[in-house]
Amino acid sequence: MQNDDVIWDVIRHHHCSYMAKIQTGNFCRNPYNVTGICNRSSCPLANSRYATIRDHDGIFYLYMKTIERAHMPNKLWERVKLPKNYMKALEIIDKHLEYWPKLLVHKIKQRLTKMTQYRIRMVKLSKKVREKIMTVPRKEVKRESRREEKALRAAQIENVIEKELLERLIKGVYPDICNYDEEIFNKLLDKNKVEEQEEEEEEEAEVEYVEGDYEIEEEEELEDIEDMGDFLKANNFDDIEGDEDDLEEQPAKKKAYVSYPLKQDDGTEKVRRKGKKVVVEVERDEDMGNRQHNAMSNCAHQKLRFWHVFGRISRFFSRQSYQFEGIFFFFFCFRFFLCRTMIDLWFYSQEMLQRDSLLL
Amino acid sequence: MAKEKKRKAAEEAVDGDDYIEREDKKPKKQKLILASQIKNKEKRSAVYAKLKHEKRVEKRKKIKARDAASKQALELGEEPPEKMVPRTIENTRELDETVCRPDDEELFAGNDADEFSAVLKQQTAPKVLITTCRFNSSRGPAFIKELLSVIPNAQYYKRGTYELKKIVEYAKNKEFTSIIVVHTNRREPDALLLIGLPDGPTAHFRLSNLVLRKDIKNHGNPTSHEPELVLNNFTTRLGHRVGRMIQSLFPQVPNFRGRRVVTFHNQRDFIFFRHHRYVFEVKEKKEGLKDKKSKASQGKTEKKAIARLQECGPRFTLKLVSLQHGTFDTKGGEFEWVHKADMDTSRRRFFI
Repeated sequence: MQNDDVIWDVIRHHHCSYMAKIQTGNFCRNPYNVTGICNRSSCPLANSRYATIRDHDGIFYLYMKTIERAHMPNKLWERVKLPKNYMKALEIIDKHLEYWPKLLVHKIKQRLTKMTQYRIRMVKLSKKVREKIMTVPRKEVKRESRREEKALRAAQIENVIEKELLERLIKGVYPDICNYDEEIFNKLLDKNKVEEQEEEEEEEAEVEYVEGDYEIEEEEELEDIEDMGDFLKANNFDDIEGDEDDLEEQPAKKKAYVSYPLKQDDGTEKVRRKGKKVVVEVERDEDMGNRQHNAMSNCAHQKLRFWHVFGRISRFFSRQSYQFEGIFFFFFCFRFFLCRTMIDLWFYSQEMLQRDSLLL
Repeated sequence: MAKEKKRKAAEEAVDGDDYIEREDKKPKKQKLILASQIKNKEKRSAVYAKLKHEKRVEKRKKIKARDAASKQALELGEEPPEKMVPRTIENTRELDETVCRPDDEELFAGNDADEFSAVLKQQTAPKVLITTCRFNSSRGPAFIKELLSVIPNAQYYKRGTYELKKIVEYAKNKEFTSIIVVHTNRREPDALLLIGLPDGPTAHFRLSNLVLRKDIKNHGNPTSHEPELVLNNFTTRLGHRVGRMIQSLFPQVPNFRGRRVVTFHNQRDFIFFRHHRYVFEVKEKKEGLKDKKSKASQGKTEKKAIARLQECGPRFTLKLVSLQHGTFDTKGGEFEWVHKADMDTSRRRFFI
């Protein structure tokens, strides 16, 4: 014999294991609860005649319990399958719960509404593409980080890069890098080359897999460069570059690596120092024009020559004795040229000066 | 104490048949006591220190002998004795059949018919679209800014809530050559998805150890010249493919005046990314500092040509998780290579 009031009394005032107290109120975790709130009218334990809707695999079932079966917990809940159609489901609920208290029926219908709504939403979401979160076991994460550290140490990246760059320099991939003293470099690189060749001879016997420097890649790049190099020279004129290549103390030596046509210093130095004989220099260029693959445009020529001259002048002024005059010259030119190029040139000339003082 | 106990145990164990054997066994068993078996800490540490000292002395002797031998040989004009090569993981790497050989014609033929051949042969200029995952936070945007400065001709588009497949279509319409998706997890960029277009492969990398430019000491600022590429150690076929994919992100005509180099260095399946500006210099090296006794040789100064690097730009490592044939399609796509847990069992086996 059940007395609902007694049950409710005990549950409410002592202990109910389904009750969850949070800030906003008391909730019931009982799966058969209609509203989910811990209430006298919503408690499935304290009401001998009760009904709910539960969802199994997307299909809704109406569960009912009556007091006649209260002594058989096994067969307590009677279940009716509800159709997916909302209106038909409502009709079936009405049919089964005809003489039941209106409040309960109302709550059940509300629950049905909510459940159909979220079922629709779930279907929509599953059609969308969502990111799946995959977890990686901590052991693997740690292992990877350990291996990465060791690989980093074994890689010695900076050394490898430096070696690679030097190799490329030796091979002649760089036609027009400006800021090194070519003479000494060539000497040293020749030395390096000789050393390397000696080493290679020793190593010939070993079987080689394709090693660190990816040969095929380099070839491809080289290919590009050979074609592009001249193209670049002709069209993308970087004015300063021409200057700086020529700004050297030692007169007149052809550089092995750079096939830049302006390299011939022989007799033209003095001419350029005087300054403005553009015509003469153009003629000279045409002599060397055979070396080039693409024809340079005349105005680009002249432009380069002008910068060349300018570079010479500024270098002249950069010597120790002429520094004062040099500053005047600098400011004079400042008005006509870009700030940046001027500063670059000035600093470069200073650099050259320092280098001279170091070497001599 | 322990020694005495051992001796007694040895005596008890042996039957006593061979008197001579027992005597032989005693000293042997005494020598085999490890320092770690002594329970007394002071005694144990003393024994261990002695052991270490002995080892060190031996090692030094060996090194001296070796050096002396090689010096002798040099003076005599003979070949110096062979240098001992230390055993490394790279030395003892498991033999891989898929390593590319320089005379492999199939490889070159494959390269021509590749998805990247159009870009790599400069028929099309690379154009890169960078985007993120749906929720982007914290270091993601900073990283993307730096990526934009590293890769020339790259553009950033906000993700919105578009599906990746739609983004791929959109990019195809606008004639991009590749897409980079930076994925963030827990407020850190976590993964990089590289999608080649029009039907290029999709490579999924895991990103780790990201160091932004501002966190690097003495960093340089990159210019906008096209960078030079250095791809190291991409030896196997898979590595070759990945290397070409990375290459297709960058324009094939580097501007050497900019002196910018971007490096992807593969070591044990980890691809390290570095971005430097370099300079060639002459370095004076003083010789003869090893021999403190002979001061005469200190006068030599050897000049060497070196390249000096200044790091600019971000620094991170990538690890390939999967390579999928075709554009992004995890369900229906065909995976060329997927990382599985049982690939990690051997410490000497690498795939890239």
